[in-house]
Amino acid sequence: MPGSDDLTALWITLQLAAVSTLILLVVGTPLAWWLARTQWRFRFVVEAMVALPLVLPPTVLGFYLLIALGPEGPIGSLMEALGGQPLAFTFSGLVIGSVVYSLPFVVQPLQNAFSAVGRRPMEVAATLRASPMDRFFTVAVPLAAPGFLTAAVLGFAHTLGEFGVVLMIGGNIPGSTQVVSIAVYDHVEALDYTSAHWLSGGLLLMSMLMLMAVYALNRRFLVVRL
Amino acid sequence: MSIELAFRLDRGDFSLDLSLALPGAGVSAVFGPSGCGKTTLLRIMAGLERSAVGHLRVGGRTWQDVNQFVPPHRRAVGYVFQEPSLFPHRSVEGNLRYGLRRSQGNGDNSRLEQSIELLGIRHLLARRPHQLSGGEQQRVAIARALAMEPALLLLDEPLAGLDEARRHEILPYLERLHRELVLPMIYVSHSREEVARLADHLVVMDNGRVQAEGSLTDVFARLDLAIAGQPGAETVIEGVVDDYDPRDGVVRVNSDAGPLHAVLGQLETGQPVRLQVQARDVSVALTAPQDSSILNVMPARIEDLAEQGAGHVMLRLRVGDAVLLARVSRRSARELSLQSGLEVHAQVKSVALLG
Repeated sequence: MPGSDDLTALWITLQLAAVSTLILLVVGTPLAWWLARTQWRFRFVVEAMVALPLVLPPTVLGFYLLIALGPEGPIGSLMEALGGQPLAFTFSGLVIGSVVYSLPFVVQPLQNAFSAVGRRPMEVAATLRASPMDRFFTVAVPLAAPGFLTAAVLGFAHTLGEFGVVLMIGGNIPGSTQVVSIAVYDHVEALDYTSAHWLSGGLLLMSMLMLMAVYALNRRFLVVRL
Repeated sequence: MSIELAFRLDRGDFSLDLSLALPGAGVSAVFGPSGCGKTTLLRIMAGLERSAVGHLRVGGRTWQDVNQFVPPHRRAVGYVFQEPSLFPHRSVEGNLRYGLRRSQGNGDNSRLEQSIELLGIRHLLARRPHQLSGGEQQRVAIARALAMEPALLLLDEPLAGLDEARRHEILPYLERLHRELVLPMIYVSHSREEVARLADHLVVMDNGRVQAEGSLTDVFARLDLAIAGQPGAETVIEGVVDDYDPRDGVVRVNSDAGPLHAVLGQLETGQPVRLQVQARDVSVALTAPQDSSILNVMPARIEDLAEQGAGHVMLRLRVGDAVLLARVSRRSARELSLQSGLEVHAQVKSVALLG
């Protein structure tokens, strides 16, 4: 049986993935829309920055985030000046790390989906009296729906499987910042294979169910899109 | 009401520079080869090309000038794109209501009903766009634009993406709009046939400039334009049915060219008709033929003539208040000494009903 620390780790992992995905969709949607539409000649710089977490070792990313979020870093000291706590080794810090780490997995599918929608449907909506905001929500978003689904799932799943960044900036505080992937690592280190089995099996089952649900849904979306 | 505009647009490889005053009713066709700027002109009028500099007034309301640019969603315009462009995530009815709700709220359905009726799409309302044929989709797109009660309807080659059969399925609906609505329409096309059937006013464009502009009959009969130089050149004459003889099916039409006789099927007296006379079906004689099988022989004066290819000469004839094109062989023109100002007799062998 999994211990209470393991269940807490699972709960924290799910919370982290859900909150990060939500924030990623809110931040990623306007960014992806802008990237899909802008004619700005330096767009590639922004695209490269968004894609950076894909190639950077998570420990490197985590190291810089630790510096930035710690009491001496720009974000950490800003938080302290505002009367708050430095963000390193807190759940909020984990969320920030996850958002940065999973950004390309959300922005790229959205950007592709918005590019595929193209300008024409938006022009049609404009000639049908829809204001820019109106046509974004009533035309671009529904037409890009499969992209949103892909983005949400990839963002969620990627955060779920995160290890290096969390280890660097969250440490490994059971009941506060310990997530499943790190708990499994700890159990294996301690040769407690039973607990490792419980946790790993649980995560495996959950991920499989989630992905199956998504692919089943996505098939329906494709039928609608034809 | 009228439509006045003047615009300049420079895109490096393409420039547009024109000014036009178009009638506030009926169909104005914009005709020209592809790449001449017809579509760009429509996009400018709809507010979809922000880089165009100039002014546009529709029925006394300014949509664009030096000081203001009314964004596309605030222009009372209906736009039918070349490809149907229905929203795939909405049913046909959802598509129709999209613009309607935004232009006049949910209150008034009468214009929606009228549009559904005019385009014959009632049986399609519950379907999704991908379940419709290309022609049906385009009819829905036209109805969607009409339902908003626009002050101006812009049609960008709405038939160009369709095959011949579909084209002839939609043309009657467009002719019906033309007959039954006072709404001004601007119809972009590179098809002579569509223009001949639909247009009242014609703008010929080439290379971003206006080459000629005027009533359809006048512009069609201008010999200096490429439009009259094509082998299928025709003249369009409008008239009113005056008499129908049930013995032999001959209809007499009172036209600007005088009475014209033709076998057109049974038509109601008083019905307005649009007739087409092919230039190759018109011949001329110096004296009135006495015993010809040709039904229509009318006194005419040669206004202009132009050589066409190696063997033919195109004549522009003034017949009554109308203009007819006649295509004769170069040999006949030489042997009869045809020249401008000469009085002749025009023989019209065949008259076809348009639409």
